[in-house]
Amino acid sequence: MNYSCSRYELKCNECGKRFGNQPLSACPDCLAPLEVAYDLEAVRGIFTKENISAGPANIWRYAALLPIPDGFQPDLPVGFTPLIRAKNLGNRIGAANLYIKNDAVCFPTLSFKDRVVSVALANAQKFGFTTVGCSSTGNLANSVAAQSARLGLKACILVPADLEPAKILNTLVYGARLVRIDGNYDHVNRLCTQIADEYAWGFVNVNLRPYYAEGSKTVGYEIAEQLGWRLPDNVVVPMAGGSLIRKIRKAFNELIYLGLVEEKPVRFFGAQATGCSPISVAVKQGTDEVVPQRPNTIARSLAIGNPNDGPAASRMILDSGGWAEDVSDVEIVSGIQELAETEGIFTETAGGVTTAVTARLYVDGRIGKDQITVTCITGNGLKTTDALTGHYQQERAVRPRLADFDTYLRELDGLAEPDLVTAGAK
Amino acid sequence: MSIKVTLPAAFTRHTDGRKQFDSAAGNLPALLTDIDQTFPALSTQIKGEDGKLRRFINIYVNDEDIRFLGGETYAFQDGDEIMLIPSIAGGSE
Repeated sequence: MNYSCSRYELKCNECGKRFGNQPLSACPDCLAPLEVAYDLEAVRGIFTKENISAGPANIWRYAALLPIPDGFQPDLPVGFTPLIRAKNLGNRIGAANLYIKNDAVCFPTLSFKDRVVSVALANAQKFGFTTVGCSSTGNLANSVAAQSARLGLKACILVPADLEPAKILNTLVYGARLVRIDGNYDHVNRLCTQIADEYAWGFVNVNLRPYYAEGSKTVGYEIAEQLGWRLPDNVVVPMAGGSLIRKIRKAFNELIYLGLVEEKPVRFFGAQATGCSPISVAVKQGTDEVVPQRPNTIARSLAIGNPNDGPAASRMILDSGGWAEDVSDVEIVSGIQELAETEGIFTETAGGVTTAVTARLYVDGRIGKDQITVTCITGNGLKTTDALTGHYQQERAVRPRLADFDTYLRELDGLAEPDLVTAGAK
Repeated sequence: MSIKVTLPAAFTRHTDGRKQFDSAAGNLPALLTDIDQTFPALSTQIKGEDGKLRRFINIYVNDEDIRFLGGETYAFQDGDEIMLIPSIAGGSE
């Protein structure tokens, strides 16, 4: 199988200029972000349902519409995560056709970032970088560290100093160099743009960003394929930089253009934490003017106060007839618990945001009960267990005797007087 | 009063390779006027056809986004370090 689509190049969406393929993220003339443009006609007849289903059960089945250099041989089976019908959660929040796209189990590092990193690193190798890096709020750090280790690339990763301990450990274990920066993500990111100027490193979300971002399209392809090659009515997506939600739409549009799905208006809904909600605020005001914020939320993976793709994401959401909503830290924790208790999926704080926002959208009547709605869960709860600190107590140990066990259960269920149980247990 | 202005590599083709320069500008509009005169080619690059700063440029004053400080109304202090950076910011949803 040929894993490349030869006809793609960088294009400026503002001035329309094209720049071939190189490690470059901003238009040298008007400074707008560059995006990968494809010759879709060149893949007509190649990017077909039949060819895709004959491909491997991972994102490389869609390689013909990813910016993958010639000769690339896929290594890791990234993506193709489950799309599950969420009947239990649906019953609780009044949704009859709710689906969860579960990237909490994405391979290899349990977040949707594995998709973008695998595409970025394919290009890093093509461009000859031997050191790669990123600015990250955690999930990206984990994925760059793991995948660069596998590919034999050196990695230097910059994160905000207050990152969750689990995300730091999950980066260091792969042997990556990790630098904690005394500042928030926006500070880290700004520093990375300066480093990329001075060092010949491939920063996946700076100079490799246009390629990196394309990996997110695979979420959209998978949703459509897993729904039986049809589009949902609504998609609910967490927003940090605002890239993922746009790329899902790009994927849907490509599928429509190539005739793999029927055209249909899909409404896009963005989810943020109230403590970092620049895009949500803009959408609620009906504008694409995104005013930066200083983040203050437990959802650190969404804590980007100055989102680069914010204006474009706001515009796209409004154009689609969708909406954006934001929820408090308390609701985020409830969202995590609700998804775990109903569907058996343990997601990180970002998934708590998305779940709580989804519930709110149904309650507020913005999403109809019977509409087909997909909620995107992008990360794993094992990485942000500190968000649940104090919510679950470790109960006393029980002696290994049936009677004690029986008493203990009664105690838990409130069937016995605690005083008597305590006395009996001695 | 003097401030120090730092530019990204992408801009230095319009400044004879200079990445830093000093300015006596008292605020952002004055700095842009200064750039108009000192580096006219750079001025064309960072401003749109409407004469306003392109929205893809972020301005920082001593590590802080100028929008948090009052934007155009912020009065530069002596020794302020001003940074112009394209907003190619990453995401990590």
